[in-house]
Amino acid sequence: MNDSTETLQQAPDIKQKETDNPDKTDFRQDYISFRNYNFFYGPTQVLFDVNLDIPERQVTALIGPSGCGKSTLLRNINRMNDLVDGIRHEGELLIDGTSAYDPTVEVISLRKRIGMVFQKSNPFAKSIYENVVYGLRVAGRKKKSSLDEAVETSLRRAALWDEVKDRLGESAFGLSGGQMQRLCIARAIANNPEIILMDEPCSALDPVATGKIEDLIHDLKKEYTIVIVTHNMQQAARVSDQTAFFYLGKLIEYDETEKIFMNPAQKQTEDYVRGRFG
Amino acid sequence: MENNASNKTRKSLAPKGEVWVWFTSLGLVLGLAMVLFLFGLILLRGFNFFWPVPVVQLELKEDSEAVFRGNTSFAGVIASTQERSLQEIAVEEEILLEEEEEVEADGILGQALQTISEYRVFVGSRDRYGQSFRYFRHNDILERSFPEDIIRAERRVEGDAFFFPQRIQFQDGSEVTREDANFEDELDRVVKEGRARRSQINRIDRREIGPINLEIRELTMDLRFLNRIERTEGDLSEAQEAQRERLTERIAQLNEQFELLRDKADELRETNQSIRVFYEYADGTSGQIAIGDLFRFYYPNRLGFFQRIQVAGIQFWEFVSGYPREANMSGGIFPAIFGTFVMTLIMSIAVTPFGVITAIYLREYAVQGPLVRAVRIAINNLAGVPSIVFGVFGLGFFVYIMGGTIDSLFFSQAQELGTPTFGTGGILWAGLTLALLNLPVVIVATEESISAVPRGVREGSLACGASKWQTIQRLVIPASLPGILTGMILAMARGAGEVAPLMLVGVVALAPNLPVDGTFPFVHLERKFMHLGFHIYDVGFQSPDSEAAIPTVFATTLILIALIVVLNLSAILLRNHIRKKHKGSAF
Repeated sequence: MNDSTETLQQAPDIKQKETDNPDKTDFRQDYISFRNYNFFYGPTQVLFDVNLDIPERQVTALIGPSGCGKSTLLRNINRMNDLVDGIRHEGELLIDGTSAYDPTVEVISLRKRIGMVFQKSNPFAKSIYENVVYGLRVAGRKKKSSLDEAVETSLRRAALWDEVKDRLGESAFGLSGGQMQRLCIARAIANNPEIILMDEPCSALDPVATGKIEDLIHDLKKEYTIVIVTHNMQQAARVSDQTAFFYLGKLIEYDETEKIFMNPAQKQTEDYVRGRFG
Repeated sequence: MENNASNKTRKSLAPKGEVWVWFTSLGLVLGLAMVLFLFGLILLRGFNFFWPVPVVQLELKEDSEAVFRGNTSFAGVIASTQERSLQEIAVEEEILLEEEEEVEADGILGQALQTISEYRVFVGSRDRYGQSFRYFRHNDILERSFPEDIIRAERRVEGDAFFFPQRIQFQDGSEVTREDANFEDELDRVVKEGRARRSQINRIDRREIGPINLEIRELTMDLRFLNRIERTEGDLSEAQEAQRERLTERIAQLNEQFELLRDKADELRETNQSIRVFYEYADGTSGQIAIGDLFRFYYPNRLGFFQRIQVAGIQFWEFVSGYPREANMSGGIFPAIFGTFVMTLIMSIAVTPFGVITAIYLREYAVQGPLVRAVRIAINNLAGVPSIVFGVFGLGFFVYIMGGTIDSLFFSQAQELGTPTFGTGGILWAGLTLALLNLPVVIVATEESISAVPRGVREGSLACGASKWQTIQRLVIPASLPGILTGMILAMARGAGEVAPLMLVGVVALAPNLPVDGTFPFVHLERKFMHLGFHIYDVGFQSPDSEAAIPTVFATTLILIALIVVLNLSAILLRNHIRKKHKGSAF
């Protein structure tokens, strides 16, 4: 535990990766910040004293074996766990400096600022168009022109526009698995969020579709802070700037992705990324 | 050794479960066979009611017991052939003779094993023979023939009759007899004209006199109310006096209109009464009938196959679209069909939103715990409560409490005069009672379909910033619509066939008016109504000649089943349409 806090305190090294964001230092380094965070499902504690700062406009990957609490952590960021009965948390979760559990923060407006993409693509039983504008419609936006515009921008950003522009009125269920997942990404970014959470977005996709999504993540991080949970080591190595390794609800190590994969400080991390357990 | 072998075969079968395949499929086959038998029977006997069958004329021996007032000739339709043992007959006769001559009965008992076969013949003409069916022993029959000229006449009263038309007497006394070449065409013409006049009379009665009567009744009620005030308070205010004058004037005016119309109708009626058809029964006895009483006729022994189909079609249409006559014994069942339909509609409109809202609360909002579990068990048990209990509840709650309250708030005048409006059984209360009866069905079906909506869809919606209600409204309800409709289909099937509770809350054997008609305000939810299920009960078991009513019962049953099938089918088509819209292809 001490080690993890130690790694946190290390100033992030800027030169390590190709510079997608040249002025990276201008962005907040603790955009999403967990402080001594504990989380319980009823009597079971799933997160133990997590301290984690996720920087703005970078991709942060959460890795670790199943049941290590990485998904729970992710779902805490947009308070998706509120749906579950008997949850409890201790410690603080700050998003852009404000506590997510602050009584003045309304969970709905919080979620509007945080898009989420799920493991299994979950398009709604509506047309492609209606899927993309869903978030805007529930927010009360009605003007046709602004909705049309949002559909085109979001689908373009999700690299889906060229494939579906002629059939926006058709059911979203007619798309392929990869297209559906990109549609879900488009739906998430249509709200113009600040953060995009991705919970194993490629685990149900074939390699080609996975490649497309990964390219997309690369593009998206120019504008969004992305947190991604993944089981796929190569994917974490390919797409993320920072990587956090969780084990049994504890944050074991958090550092530059390169460091985690090439030269981890912890034995457990090394065993995991080398595929020796998990 | 042999034992071993049989063991082996048993072993080879047992693991595959072959024995149980046969056993379980037997259950299915048995069930299907019974259902098919039931439907087959209803279809066959229901359609038989409409099918024109040949009319047979029987000549009996002089000494036959069946001879009627010395007449030996009968015409009718053979309904069935049956065998009876002499003993049975003896026992019956013994009862009739009140055991007067036991010795003789003993003598007959000696021949107990002998059986006789006899025809059960529908001879019609209840006015002449007393009952519609007569029995003729095969031994007594001298001759059977199928006369060409005999007609089967549908009459206004006393059911059908079989006779040979002889001559037509017109208003001016002139006649056309059967020897004339144009006799049959003339007969056809006058009957048709009579029918036209009758429908004109009906139109005057229903459409023109009806509303006038209604207004007169209302105004009279107001007048009576004013009179009562005068009696109790001794005096009337000036405004009330003026009102009374206005009322009296208007009533007089309406009465004038009424009399005008009545005269017109009476004139038509008189014409219909003055043209008469003289005829002879199979035995040569003559009789006569006014054209107004002769609704329709055909020559049953002249029809070819396609003409039979045509006659059957006409009879079917008359049955389905006509109004009942003679205490529901003859005529059509349209009011019953319409009543059933409207009541089922009211029930569906009431039960669906109510059930869906309840299910949404139970599944989406309520904290799942012992209390909700108890509520759920209670709902399931509610589905098992005997329907008559709901009828009693409906009478107490809807009719007396709610209806009584509505009456005292809005119809206090009528209520004080002892003519409740909503405070008595009506189609609205019947619909609501059945809605209550079917509430558990809809709740359970809706809950199931709501819980079948994938978690991912809800989470996706919430992650987009939708509130819980927005998620329910935009995604959960549309996705569970097919399930909701399934619940509605089940409710309709049960509701349309339910009779017992309705008898307490608004069904009547004969309703003068339909619940929806052309008089303002067009939908009359307070009216009593007719229902196919109750109609079956009434015709089959409450009518004076229940034997003659059996075919009507089958035909009504057929229509009831057809109505339920049509209602369900349309709901199923709607469901499939929605399903196609909301469930895409893959995934």
